[in-house]
Amino acid sequence: MTLPPLAYHALVGFVVLNVVIGMVTYVTLLERKFAARMQSRIGPYYVGPHGLLQPIADAIKLMLKEDVVPTTADRWVYNLAPIVFLVPCVLIFATLPFAPGLGVADLNIGVLFFLAVSSLEIVGLFMGGWGSNNKYALLSAMRAVNQIISYDLPFVFAAFVPVVLAGSLQMSAIVAAQQGVWLGFVPKWFVVYPVIGQLAFVAFLVATLAAENRVPFDILEAESELVAGFRVEYSGMKFALIQLGEYAHMIGTSFLAALLFLGGWLGPGSEHALVGALWFLLKAMLVFLVVTWVRWSFVRIRVDQILAISWKLLLPASIVLLLATAFWVAARGGDGV
Amino acid sequence: MPQTLEIGYGGSERLTMNMGPQHPSAHGVFRAILTLEGETVVGVDAVIGYLHRCHEKLGETLTYVQYPSIASKTDYVAAMTAELAYVSAVELVGKIEVPKRAQWLRVLAAELQRVASHCLWLGTWCMDMGGALGGGATVFLYAIREREDILDLFEALTGARLLYGFHQPGGTRYDLPAGWAEQCRKTLDRVERRLDEYEAMLDDNAFFLVRTQGVGIISRELAQEIGVSGPLLRGSGVNHDLRKAAPYSSYEDFQFRVPVETAGDCFARYRVRMVEFRESITIARQVLDGLPEGPISSRPGVKSVGQVRVPKGEGYARVEGARGEVGCYLVADGGPKPYRLKWRGASFSNLSVLPHILPGVKVADVVAIMGSVDPVFGEVDR
Repeated sequence: MTLPPLAYHALVGFVVLNVVIGMVTYVTLLERKFAARMQSRIGPYYVGPHGLLQPIADAIKLMLKEDVVPTTADRWVYNLAPIVFLVPCVLIFATLPFAPGLGVADLNIGVLFFLAVSSLEIVGLFMGGWGSNNKYALLSAMRAVNQIISYDLPFVFAAFVPVVLAGSLQMSAIVAAQQGVWLGFVPKWFVVYPVIGQLAFVAFLVATLAAENRVPFDILEAESELVAGFRVEYSGMKFALIQLGEYAHMIGTSFLAALLFLGGWLGPGSEHALVGALWFLLKAMLVFLVVTWVRWSFVRIRVDQILAISWKLLLPASIVLLLATAFWVAARGGDGV
Repeated sequence: MPQTLEIGYGGSERLTMNMGPQHPSAHGVFRAILTLEGETVVGVDAVIGYLHRCHEKLGETLTYVQYPSIASKTDYVAAMTAELAYVSAVELVGKIEVPKRAQWLRVLAAELQRVASHCLWLGTWCMDMGGALGGGATVFLYAIREREDILDLFEALTGARLLYGFHQPGGTRYDLPAGWAEQCRKTLDRVERRLDEYEAMLDDNAFFLVRTQGVGIISRELAQEIGVSGPLLRGSGVNHDLRKAAPYSSYEDFQFRVPVETAGDCFARYRVRMVEFRESITIARQVLDGLPEGPISSRPGVKSVGQVRVPKGEGYARVEGARGEVGCYLVADGGPKPYRLKWRGASFSNLSVLPHILPGVKVADVVAIMGSVDPVFGEVDR
């Protein structure tokens, strides 16, 4: 097939965008069902068989809701914030290859692009908190800036451990570096790489929780003290956009974790692109469920405690880990493992 | 210890934030006007009264037969003990005897009520720290499940799930229905087993500990000066429990421990209540094991609303409710209605400690501390 490159990218981008939105919708159902099981409940059940149409019903409900703008809000900032928030959250999927050759763009600086774009969401978030002209929202935005600045550094350092191990910033090259097995049966995923792999994975997961604003680091949502944080004034479709962005960010980060540490699309039968994509999806959902599991079993910690964890523990630890990895790789001859 | 009121301060570095009366963790309709410097609370003005229903005036217009089921509505989370406080006052002033079986039944009801009330406290408190969508909701749903079992028992006993009308001057209105004791034992066993699960989930949970240990410390002196009671007082190192200190309704017949913690923080109050759970279950089992035979009331059944008349006199009866000392001061003038009625709500006295311990904490701790105080606003505002 010979499409001009621009049209090809536009087409693939369109497909990926829709798949992501569909996935986000259904991941909420997955989370709700999973949480319900944990809490000895049933969860959504009545809309469609076993509640399968619940996300659709929710989406329709949100679209039909009245859109309320507070009279004291800064209208431009307030209305623009959900879009500014959503765009980087969806844009992170641009460089994610879902299988060999299946993705919008496999940039040679893919990981860097992902990390850079994903931290842009804070702009939209702060705009929402500021533009709402609500004290809860303002406090929440203040917390968000604190938290994201503190956790983006360990997040980047932990994500760079596999990059150093693989010797490339390109996502497909990182997966390629995890091909093969040790001792005949242990896959060479970076999560099983002795010591370094596990430490980096844990650091990455913790930083991920904070970057996604999930419990125990969800201080900016903090519904028990700040009601709903920066989105307290949003309703209807604007609320839905923010929600969509949050979940897209969460899924994107789960995909990144699966790609960096769990071997991406590698698995039996992954020569076929679709089987590989299925493997990748499975691993990403596994990461997502772990995050959800944490969410439903811990209490939220305080803002000062969150900052202390980042600056006193996670950041030094991840820097040391990255340096150790770099020295190890350099000692073994330089160009990845 | 003076309270610093910062209302009206116009400095640009400070933010006045209204928490309540409609707020996810207001536990009812409590309004706290917080003055913040960044995340730190520097001033707090507690506003109550949003749930005032003229309960004491109402008590003067209803007869001694009618009022017990209204007394439930002061503390609707632990209605049994509120009723018990009122009928105890009536019996004290009217010198009405209560048969042994009725006394034991009252103990049973009060202890089951304590378990149910503490279940609700545990769930809502954890929800305050974890949020309705957060980790806390898990504990909330577990705890509500156990409370539901106890409410089923109460429903079988009295026909009502929340406001019972179980007590009446002279005894209780209902006896145990057939098969109730067996059902009760099963429920107690189940609740006890699940308490282990809660403790396994919370006691060593690092995030739970950092949120509760050293947070909201009420010193022994402050606790005594303010007059807090119940788990708050015992969490601050004062061994005072009316069931031991001034036994009523045959509490001297039962073997139980009174837990005391010295730290005075949220975690100490949590520990006190977790032990109280188990002690209440022990007492309830002792009642079921040795329930004496006999009448359940020293007075004939209710035929008319005005049939109980109390001679002129006054008296104060107090019981140990789930939240502390619940007292009822009654002035009788010889008629079928009290001349004057005054409630001492445990939540009201406990809540008044908040302005002393809140300044200096972070916003997130405000809800954690308030949850650990366990106020019920029906009892605060009456």
